[in-house]
Amino acid sequence: MAKRPLQEINAGSMADIAFLLLIFFLVTTTMDTNTGMTRKLPPPPEDDKKEIDIKVKERNVFVVLINRNNQLAVEGKLTNIGNLCEKTKEFFKNPSDDPNLSARKEKSKYIEFFGDIKISAGVVSLQNDRGTSYEKYIAVQNELLKAVNELRDELAMQRFGKRFDDLPEAESKAVKKYYPLAISEAEPMEIK
Amino acid sequence: MAKFRKDGGRGTPAISTASLPDIVFMLLFFFMVATTMREVELKVASPILPEATEVKKLENKSLVSYIYVGPPLIKYQKIFGKNPRIQLNDAIKDVSDISVWIQAEREQRDPAEVPLMTTALKVDKDTKMGIITDIKQELRKVQALKINYTTKKPVE
Repeated sequence: MAKRPLQEINAGSMADIAFLLLIFFLVTTTMDTNTGMTRKLPPPPEDDKKEIDIKVKERNVFVVLINRNNQLAVEGKLTNIGNLCEKTKEFFKNPSDDPNLSARKEKSKYIEFFGDIKISAGVVSLQNDRGTSYEKYIAVQNELLKAVNELRDELAMQRFGKRFDDLPEAESKAVKKYYPLAISEAEPMEIK
Repeated sequence: MAKFRKDGGRGTPAISTASLPDIVFMLLFFFMVATTMREVELKVASPILPEATEVKKLENKSLVSYIYVGPPLIKYQKIFGKNPRIQLNDAIKDVSDISVWIQAEREQRDPAEVPLMTTALKVDKDTKMGIITDIKQELRKVQALKINYTTKKPVE
């Protein structure tokens, strides 16, 4: 047989095929955000057991209120959201042992890498109105989370010389125990 | 000497489209990587998510159930009204349907994985907290305590 020259495949329709695929993907997919703030809800109150009032001293509760006009009050005073993070950190740290800020727990707890330590007994109580906007609520949650993250970062830097996110699991757990994410969300109520 | 010239020889040459497939393929790969398959058809207006800096990536996507909250789309407003409603899977439902829905979601998963299940709230930022609080109370009742407020990272 005579040798025929190899014919080149016509690639002219390649663009059409690619366009078809492109349009298919454009139509069937979405740009999804899968980032967020993960929180844990408190377990439901049990009926048969009487609600045990956990006695928390007034100085250990950091009250954050958001009213229906999206105004923010911290410890009874109107506050700008920009100051919330700083105030929260100060509340938990309380370096000068201010009687208005959080106290240390009476019983010391053993934490790996840190030894016996009295961690802060402070709790943030976040209360919102039914008319508060979701955007504001998230902004406040974000500031509170930021405060705890910064505290953890500072501690991790001081003790291990690394950022909290870069710590190995055991160290990260210890830091988490040192600064637990203590935010309690009360049942909604009318706030004026 | 005069030379013979073919007619139209001086017109601009055609632009080569040989690289067109390459360009289109590049776009195609970008979209394949950057997007995900649409899982549900939204009946509430696509929520404009609030922004937050302290966000983490959701892990274990197969264990996440989504609740969408927002005003219904215009074509559904005749039936459901204009106020923010919640969407579970493919339908607009009431807050009281959440417990049944959570049970159904749990049955689809391995029992060992149930405690790890997360409920992600995709809520429009203009929603009032009232409906969110109702959702949270409902989730507490069925012990679905892990929740995630889906938020965007602000563009720097």
